[in-house]
Amino acid sequence: MKPKGFDYLKVATSQEAVQALSDGGDDARIIAGGMSLVPMLNFRLAEPQILIDISKSEPMNYIRIERGAVEIGASTRQAQLEHWDQLADQLPLVKAALPFIGHYQTRARGTVCGSLAHADPSSELPLCLATLGGEVVLRSTGGDRVLSADLFQTGMLSVAKRADEMVVAARYPVKKPGEGYAFTEMAQRRGDFAIVALAAVASAGKIRLGIGGVADRPTVREWDMLDGAALDDALNAFAWDLGGYDDIHATARYRRELVRRLGRRVIEEAVSCRV
Amino acid sequence: MPRLNKEGRYPVNLILNGRKVTGHAEPRMLLSDFLTHEIGITSCHVGCEHGVCGACTILMDGIVARGCLTFAVQADGCTVETAESLASDDGELSDLQKAFKKHHGLQCGYCTPGILMSITAYLKENPKPTEEELRDMLSGHLCRCTGYVGMVRAVLDYCENRETTE
Repeated sequence: MKPKGFDYLKVATSQEAVQALSDGGDDARIIAGGMSLVPMLNFRLAEPQILIDISKSEPMNYIRIERGAVEIGASTRQAQLEHWDQLADQLPLVKAALPFIGHYQTRARGTVCGSLAHADPSSELPLCLATLGGEVVLRSTGGDRVLSADLFQTGMLSVAKRADEMVVAARYPVKKPGEGYAFTEMAQRRGDFAIVALAAVASAGKIRLGIGGVADRPTVREWDMLDGAALDDALNAFAWDLGGYDDIHATARYRRELVRRLGRRVIEEAVSCRV
Repeated sequence: MPRLNKEGRYPVNLILNGRKVTGHAEPRMLLSDFLTHEIGITSCHVGCEHGVCGACTILMDGIVARGCLTFAVQADGCTVETAESLASDDGELSDLQKAFKKHHGLQCGYCTPGILMSITAYLKENPKPTEEELRDMLSGHLCRCTGYVGMVRAVLDYCENRETTE
């Protein structure tokens, strides 16, 4: 339960961080809040040669609205987003999801971008990013590139980030007029990993539902406005397409049932809070 | 800051409970181990060592941190508070600690220091929590003795009496 030895470098800027990544090759890892990475180090599931610590980087600690999205820097902690005074107005879906993320104690240290880079299939922040159609900004010594959420997360704990790149920012699209948002999840206890997590967006003619915790990554489906039996059928088809599995927490059958039942509930809630 | 080598031991300076302290750590040394073995404090209890149980919870620059998910070298230059900071110098318990004692908020006491530090930070953000909010916050800790009921009563009592005396 102690990590293997590693070199350590504390950096102030993303330029220093990407230089160190470039020098470190495949064996370098960025650490921000450490809420997911350090357990993996302690279990020796990850054994990097060097940790590049961005947690104290001021230039990467920001929340700002830019080109229709809330851009969140790599060292911005989840608790900072939780306390951001414009959260309810700009990102109602994320506001609804935040209390489900880990615990008060882990949100105090864990970062938004760190959660995206870790890419746990049941995580709330990647699910919100996928459902809202957000983007991730990747940086290397060669420059920046922007990937949409669906191209970024490629599977369980897997992302399309090269070893010499870091996530420098996440972009969550701001609330659009006429849209309603809702989030819910089922976990065995408060703060546990979600068995199924659900995010819904309702607009005038469309409903969009994102599901986490079932497939190997957040999965989003959009329909023209449905209700009654047509919605039941759509949710049932979606539940089967997700291809859930049995594990110690729940059976695949139970997961499908949650998608059908909570899916309807979260969609109805999103429709009802449209403004 | 220069790159620290995995084989090296480096000085780590903290303001620990109001006092300047210095110890030495390899980069891989956890802050929980550093505080216990290098500095010699006894309240940073190690339970699960992967951030789940919360027994090692401390405050770093006023924000809660898991001692077992923080490396000592990351804390260099930081202010760290542990449960030792709560009682007065002559050993009199703080009002929060007294409330825990009164309401049976602890039994074996292993999880207690971490919980007290979480509550200390949380009450600065939310001075008068509801029972539901408190239980949500306490979900970041594991206690195998009390069932949490005594802790919830202790904090609610503490918050109420603190209000009337202020």
